[in-house]
Amino acid sequence: MKKEMAYDIQGNSYPVADYNDDYDGEKFGFWIFLLTEMMMFGVLFLLFAINFYRHSELFGISSGNLNVWLGGVNTVILLLSTYTMGLASLMMRQGKVRVSAYLVGTTVVMAILFLSIKAFEWSVDIHHGIYPGSSILDAKDKGEILFFGLYFVMTGLHGLHVIVGIALMSWVLLLIRSGGVRPEHTIVMKNVTLYWDFVHLIWIILFPIFYMIGV
Amino acid sequence: MPSFYHETKTVFGTHKNPILQWIFTVDHKRIALLYMGVMFTLFFLAVSAAVTMRAELFFPGPQFLKPHTYNELFTFHGVTMIFLFIVPGIPAALGNFILPLMLGARDLSFPRLNLLSWWLYVIGVATAYSALMSGHGFADTGWTFYAPYSLRTDSHVLPTLIAAFILGISSILTGINFVVTIHRLRAPGMGFFKMPLFVWGLYSTAWIQVLATPVIGITLLLVILERTLNIGIFDPTKGGDPILYEHLFWIYSHPAVYLMILPGFGIVSEVLTTFTRRTIFGYHAIAISSASIAGIGYLVWGHHMLTSGISDMARIIFSLLTFLVAVPTGVKIFDWMATLYKGSIILATPMLWILGSIVNFTIGGLTGLTLAAIGADIHLHDTYFVVAHFHYTILGGVMFMFIGGLHYWYPKITGKIYDEVRGRIAFGLMFMGFNMLWFPMFIAGFLGNPRRYFDYLPTFTIYHQMAGVGAVLVASGLLTILYNFARGLKEGKEAGPNPWNATTLEWHISSPPPLENFSKIPYVDFDPYEYEHGEPVVHFDENFRRVV
Repeated sequence: MKKEMAYDIQGNSYPVADYNDDYDGEKFGFWIFLLTEMMMFGVLFLLFAINFYRHSELFGISSGNLNVWLGGVNTVILLLSTYTMGLASLMMRQGKVRVSAYLVGTTVVMAILFLSIKAFEWSVDIHHGIYPGSSILDAKDKGEILFFGLYFVMTGLHGLHVIVGIALMSWVLLLIRSGGVRPEHTIVMKNVTLYWDFVHLIWIILFPIFYMIGV
Repeated sequence: MPSFYHETKTVFGTHKNPILQWIFTVDHKRIALLYMGVMFTLFFLAVSAAVTMRAELFFPGPQFLKPHTYNELFTFHGVTMIFLFIVPGIPAALGNFILPLMLGARDLSFPRLNLLSWWLYVIGVATAYSALMSGHGFADTGWTFYAPYSLRTDSHVLPTLIAAFILGISSILTGINFVVTIHRLRAPGMGFFKMPLFVWGLYSTAWIQVLATPVIGITLLLVILERTLNIGIFDPTKGGDPILYEHLFWIYSHPAVYLMILPGFGIVSEVLTTFTRRTIFGYHAIAISSASIAGIGYLVWGHHMLTSGISDMARIIFSLLTFLVAVPTGVKIFDWMATLYKGSIILATPMLWILGSIVNFTIGGLTGLTLAAIGADIHLHDTYFVVAHFHYTILGGVMFMFIGGLHYWYPKITGKIYDEVRGRIAFGLMFMGFNMLWFPMFIAGFLGNPRRYFDYLPTFTIYHQMAGVGAVLVASGLLTILYNFARGLKEGKEAGPNPWNATTLEWHISSPPPLENFSKIPYVDFDPYEYEHGEPVVHFDENFRRVV
């Protein structure tokens, strides 16, 4: 399609941006969206920092109750999954559609694995009576109540983002099938990759502040 | 040429049914009208809640409301006016319509996202009002949902909180859409400093929407979790901190008032230049002051908490920053005054509203400085003085600007011209009524009448009765505007493309504009407000090539 032009008085032509197909605009918009996500998680990190400052010792003790190995395995899984997702994006641009689709599939599998381990961890905690509002937790010291309150809110919100990520990647797979994502039109995939990078970055911060301060 | 009323594009292709054509449209102009329809319905509901409260307060002692109902009424008024009306307000309604026209664009960057914003808005409205039907009654916390009361009250806070959260998402998406549109879809040649000032206002607003709204979103989400799962973060019995809630709440909600006023300031600049027939004084200063109000305004939230438990050092810092934010605002006011100087002032209805808004806003702004002074604030905090200050800036300022803007762009939106005489009468009623309604409250507040109370001491009767009469005048002024606009649709004269002799791009296309606005995109190598001998300098031929 011929690009539309605007003309000044001398008749010089200038290209007009097409709002229906604006790769840079769509990427820019998604970056701003990630900025809003960052502001949202930023508030939670701030709350963590304030409460950690007030109850440092109890936060350390509570953190010791979490299984740092399970958390560590999850960290590795997420790190690998961003790698496969980024590679998928790269392969798509190079025209290797099939490889790209397999890599997205692998990412989905790893995301599900992450969630399963997370669910196992939560169920163990809940089994021990450690969940917000439980009588066992409420009987503990305030620092511990706050630690586990924040733990469930923040990993819960992160888990929600992982679920959304799985949905988005499945959507990308459907788009690859239907031709909505193809080597010359990768914007959706590019943005989902960015999103997945963000989700893993959040976990990179969550892991040390919850699992490692007690080690 | 068929206008956007006759043809449209929807998210699912084409529909025969006109209702589906409207509610699934991806045309920014139709979406703007959808917003306006819902918003103004809610606005009049909230006005009637306010008039009911003023009627209750006309005499001291209980009249016809129970104290608890009174609490619900002011919460209803606050939640509706803030979250459902004035925050989406000018950007979602007028901004949606005018922004692409001013930039020389065919639509926003993400038309479908724009439609999604509207749908989320409607879902938010429905969620908020579901509390009215549920039997527990509306929330009685005030629109601020302060913890720990919002955690304890057995009224129906939850739907209102969820609604505010959904509305937040809607607002964020609109903000993203506007920022990207302004960056990407300016007509070729239009640099940032060739944009009309309304666009600058929307741009600053959009950044506040993007940066501040997530903070309130997560905070309200935490209150929701607190009520449902007992997390403990804001609950003092579990070691949580209610003061933290106040901080997080105001980190959004203070920038939110700039979010309301900045597009209003933009309208002032548009209308002033058009009705003085001269270019704006200090274009760059006004544009940059919008951005710096947005920036400094982000850092002043603590002045809502000068009487809460914060340190003296924090008090001094927040007080200082609050004084600072008055500087760019003052720059704007002086620039507008200088624009009026030696201009050929035409006192048409939009101009009256704008001049009125400058008067009201100056009073509102200066009393804001009174409140920013720590010592004075200790005395005035939580009195009618604060209520009066707030309504002078938001009702007397933003709402007057909004109404001025509606009059100004009415011919562009409808293609018709409203009746000038009725327009002026409405302004007279509102301006008189407004000042009668709110000025006495400054005095009542100064003398110690606390806000949010269902009753007052008999010594304050005179102020409340003046306010009551003012409220009736304001309400009748609003109804006059509504009547005027409705009649204008039927019997108004054809407006033509440019009834006001204005200069910005939206006046170079037909009224109402066609679908996709511009058949060809113009090249913009001129300033937004160029007048010579009271006539616009720039003209285009039918292919949007500039004519010399």
